[in-house]
Amino acid sequence: MPATDLLSSQGLRLDGRRPNELRRIRCRLGVFTQPDGSAYLEQGNTKVLAAVYGPHQASKSKLSTEGVVVNCQYSMATFSTGERKNRPRGDRKSQEMSMHLRQALTAAIKTELYPRSQIDIYVEVLQADGGAYCACVNAATLALTEAGVPLRAYVCASSASMAAAGAGSAGPEPLLDVGHVEEAAGGVVLTVAALPTTGHIALLEMSHRLHMDYFDIVLSRAMQGCRDIEVILDRAVRDHLAEGWTKQDVMTI
Amino acid sequence: MWTTKTFLTKTKRGNILKIVREHYLRDDLLCGSAACNVCPHKDDEYVLDPKPESICALFDYPHYLVLDTNVVLHQIDVLEEDALTNVIILQTVLEEVKHQNTAIFQRILDVIGNKKRKFYSFVNEHHKDTYVERNPGEKQNDRNDRAIRKAASWYETHLSINNVKGQHPKIVLITDDEKNRKMAQEEGITCCSVKDYVENVNGFVGLVDKLSKNVIPESCSKDALYPAHLTPAEIHSGIRNGKLHQGTFHASRDNFLEGTATVNGYEKSILLQGHIGINRAVDGDLVAIEVFPEEEWRKPSDIVLEDKADDPGDLLEEESVLLNAVKPADNKNEITPTGKVVGIIRRKWRQYCGILLPSKFPGATRHLFTPAEKRIPRVRIETRQSDMLASQRILVALDSWPRNSRYPLGHFVRALGPIGDKDAENEVILLEHDVPHARFSEAVLACLPPNDWTIPPEEIKKRVDLRSICICSVDPPGCTDIDDALHARPTATAGVYEVGVHIADVTHFVRPATALDKEAASRSTTVYLVDKRIDMVPDLLSSNLCSLRGGEERLAFSCVWEIDENANILSTKFHKSVIKSAAAMTYEEAQIAIDDSSRNDEIARSLRTLNKLAKKLKKKRLDNGALLLASPEIRFQVDSETHEPLEVQAKKIMDTNSMVEEFMLLANVSVAQRLAEDFPQCALLRRHPSPPPANFEHFLLAARQQGFEIDVSTNKSFSKSLDEAVIPGRPYFNILLRIMATRCMMQAVYFSSGNHTQEEYYHYGLACPIYTHFTSPIRRYADVLVHRLLAASIGADVTHAELLDVRYAAALCDNLNYRHRQAQYAGRASVALNTHILFKYRVEIESAVVLAVKRNALQVLIPKYGLEGPLYLPSDMFTYNEENHMQICGDVTLKTFDELTVRLSLDSTNLQHRKLVFQLVKPFVPGFSYVPEEQKEKKPEQMEVDKEQENLKKRKDTAQSKGSKKKSKKK
Repeated sequence: MPATDLLSSQGLRLDGRRPNELRRIRCRLGVFTQPDGSAYLEQGNTKVLAAVYGPHQASKSKLSTEGVVVNCQYSMATFSTGERKNRPRGDRKSQEMSMHLRQALTAAIKTELYPRSQIDIYVEVLQADGGAYCACVNAATLALTEAGVPLRAYVCASSASMAAAGAGSAGPEPLLDVGHVEEAAGGVVLTVAALPTTGHIALLEMSHRLHMDYFDIVLSRAMQGCRDIEVILDRAVRDHLAEGWTKQDVMTI
Repeated sequence: MWTTKTFLTKTKRGNILKIVREHYLRDDLLCGSAACNVCPHKDDEYVLDPKPESICALFDYPHYLVLDTNVVLHQIDVLEEDALTNVIILQTVLEEVKHQNTAIFQRILDVIGNKKRKFYSFVNEHHKDTYVERNPGEKQNDRNDRAIRKAASWYETHLSINNVKGQHPKIVLITDDEKNRKMAQEEGITCCSVKDYVENVNGFVGLVDKLSKNVIPESCSKDALYPAHLTPAEIHSGIRNGKLHQGTFHASRDNFLEGTATVNGYEKSILLQGHIGINRAVDGDLVAIEVFPEEEWRKPSDIVLEDKADDPGDLLEEESVLLNAVKPADNKNEITPTGKVVGIIRRKWRQYCGILLPSKFPGATRHLFTPAEKRIPRVRIETRQSDMLASQRILVALDSWPRNSRYPLGHFVRALGPIGDKDAENEVILLEHDVPHARFSEAVLACLPPNDWTIPPEEIKKRVDLRSICICSVDPPGCTDIDDALHARPTATAGVYEVGVHIADVTHFVRPATALDKEAASRSTTVYLVDKRIDMVPDLLSSNLCSLRGGEERLAFSCVWEIDENANILSTKFHKSVIKSAAAMTYEEAQIAIDDSSRNDEIARSLRTLNKLAKKLKKKRLDNGALLLASPEIRFQVDSETHEPLEVQAKKIMDTNSMVEEFMLLANVSVAQRLAEDFPQCALLRRHPSPPPANFEHFLLAARQQGFEIDVSTNKSFSKSLDEAVIPGRPYFNILLRIMATRCMMQAVYFSSGNHTQEEYYHYGLACPIYTHFTSPIRRYADVLVHRLLAASIGADVTHAELLDVRYAAALCDNLNYRHRQAQYAGRASVALNTHILFKYRVEIESAVVLAVKRNALQVLIPKYGLEGPLYLPSDMFTYNEENHMQICGDVTLKTFDELTVRLSLDSTNLQHRKLVFQLVKPFVPGFSYVPEEQKEKKPEQMEVDKEQENLKKRKDTAQSKGSKKKSKKK
């Protein structure tokens, strides 16, 4: 269902973006020293932290001889939303998010390289303003890269929605990277986690019913978002590495 | 692309929440001016001229206008006029307008969308140089004003870059806010008020008339006639703590000093009386009401009060007449909660049709305007074209109602045409009923197939070819939009018939999401006036390509059943088809074909089978409890040249009418069942709720007086007892009963299946569990949607997004129901108009029946014409028996269903509200009844007139004496 009133007659969204624009993404790798890899990522006002431990020896109950066991935990800080949350993790929504995260990340990790071991990925949402899942996937990718876990490709997630033809606008138009306001307007939200370099889709989720006619354009817009995000993540990793090497050089000298 | 900048808003949702939203500022927004050398415009993006020509004497250099929010809100009529060009509409303004009034928002968008007008909407809120952050403690309005000033000064400097000094257009800020003007001048912005600007515009006559006289209503405390309204904050807290109530104000039709408001928590609606009690509320407004303590409650007055003909100036009077007229009644049942309006929550003003009152002083500019709608007060307008407008019907918009003005202030919008002119009168009907009737736009016409369109061969391949079958259509005479055709033929099995209903395939031409589709959806229905048809789809479709004309190949959507001799349905099929109608017949022709035993061709056989089956179907339906209702329908015989009505007659009903109707019902039900199965969430259906018992009270009482007990507990028992209520020798009585029963019913409505439970689908009148409209897609949009759903369901077409959207469907249903109702009202208004024209030069004596008994009148119906109206009874001669609803005068008793003889004539003393006057002839009441001329041959003509005047005078006297009686009592 396309939501109404999301596009102005001048073709701008409520926050001033054009339909095909992402929110501002800022990120940093290596924000913690304890974990093997960590990252902080902002997508507009949605802010998340990710930490990666491992690969390390798997606990007996989870042990698998086929590949590494990916263990994800998604939690939202009690202060992350406007009204204070009571349970940061363990509720149904968080569990579902954890499972979805695991699905997307397992698709990217070369699991077959580490049998009998496990990787723990913790993500914490510090501030939620829509698209928390996407931000979590993107942050986790950065953290995994920093931890040196071999990946098939960056896994990037992006959401897209559909704006109904409003007053003065040309027609229904897909919106990229949906914020909280746009989510709350009641339109459909399509979330995609993809490996843009290989073109694989790791996870696809949709919040409402959407007519078939619109599905392809919404999906392709979300995929475009994933590709845009990959460029940003790649640059961040390269910058971090450049910076990191110099630091290490200084230390060894 | 620039980003960032967040801003804070606080909202209340029970508890206070802090909401942080992103706000992106951009550097790629264009200024839209051809004089600009900086912005990277493409050629088609220039909206504003490089050297705009000035039309205002105050500013004789090229300039652009920047408007304030209030200017757009109040002066939209001036802006719509083709005078002001090169205007910059800021986003700040647009958003405020959208927030305050969506109708005006839509209108300004239309103006911006019109390329010729050169209105540019500039997104100042997201431009990096014009965004203004709200200062701590600053009010939102002040911030917005500052944003507007900032944008204006930005434009000024922006245009001066790379331009020779003095060569570039200047900016003039138009605002009516004095404070804002002062601050703008301090910042070096040229500014001006709307009034000053418009009054100095050259070359556009009449633009000044359209200026809205907007005064802040509460500011005029000097010479105030009305008490001040409470502020929105006071109203809000008052409603919260239960001291005030919120309701929609409905003005009384009969008494301009009285109105009611429906309020939650009170069973009866709240009575509001007098100038002070109504306090400037206009019919339809959402108002805040203070209810008086119970001892001050009154009963509604039953006198008729009209505003006086001449302009009384700014005085309030008549108050005492009304207030004294209504003494607290002894009878507890009659008093209703009474209160007064203390504030207006939202005005629901629209544009009103009416005429100018003749002014006492020639050449004056201030005039009084009388709306056609009786419930709307007169309006004070200013115009310099009064001589020209005096004989015209005009459209006026309301602006404001200050405390010191007796009437609201308004301004002239446009003239509709001379009073009494048929087109102008039709225009009034259409406008007053909000019927979209503009010509179809170019975009809509572009969606049509070419005039010489024929069915392409590949389309025939896709469909079932029924061209060889003998199909015919039966319609009223003169019908050009034929949307249904029928056939019946025996099948191989004995006693089983194949019956098909073929409906014009409108959806083949009206494709979803095209301009044509949108226009049809907004019109929703074809509106039939007596001498005019306002089509839902353009003429080419409605009376040619979609109309199933005889002998021509047409696309159709068919519903074909196998039916056995006892009218049991064995199977149902739906498919798209190609048909060639053998004959387009009228009801009469079809009837003759059936009755004429010498005819034995295919058409006649087919019709006879249909007729036979239809009778069985009808019987089954009636056995189920379907109601046979009646309404007085009439047809006008219209003069082919002048379009003046010549004669009226009640519509004739023949067997073939009900034959066609029966199969249409069957098709509708079959389609409804199929849709509900396949689209449980979004099937478009039609339901008819069963009426609440209270609706029947008066009806039952009236029937009892005639000696009949009607059982209304279920539709079946109701139908049965209606059938039994027959008086031998009075054939019209049963029809009358059914007419009255119709008025007790609820309205049938369209709905989307997802919004109601299965039980609520029930159609009370037809006594079927599920129903929809499938058979008239040319004239109803609901049928178009049903066609699309059915096509998707049988795989003949694909679905599209809007078709399956539940919320969209609900919104569409609301529009369908609204338009449908308005179309009915417009149709009735047109009939009324034509009856008035018909009786302009004639007077008739006819038999009539009493439909209802009121306190001071009888509601009578003339069966011959289907006319209805009040017959006023003087209260000094007649006494009203409330319990039994009777009027008694001496030995004459008048009650519901009584048969009378009345005299009909037209009263044209009031141009605005011409009405038919009914006078009693029989039973004869001395001193009241009209005496036909044959019986008083000796009396000269003059006497009659005197008599009428006397009667009139008497009525007036009674009203006054009533008033004075009460006065004396109070003393």
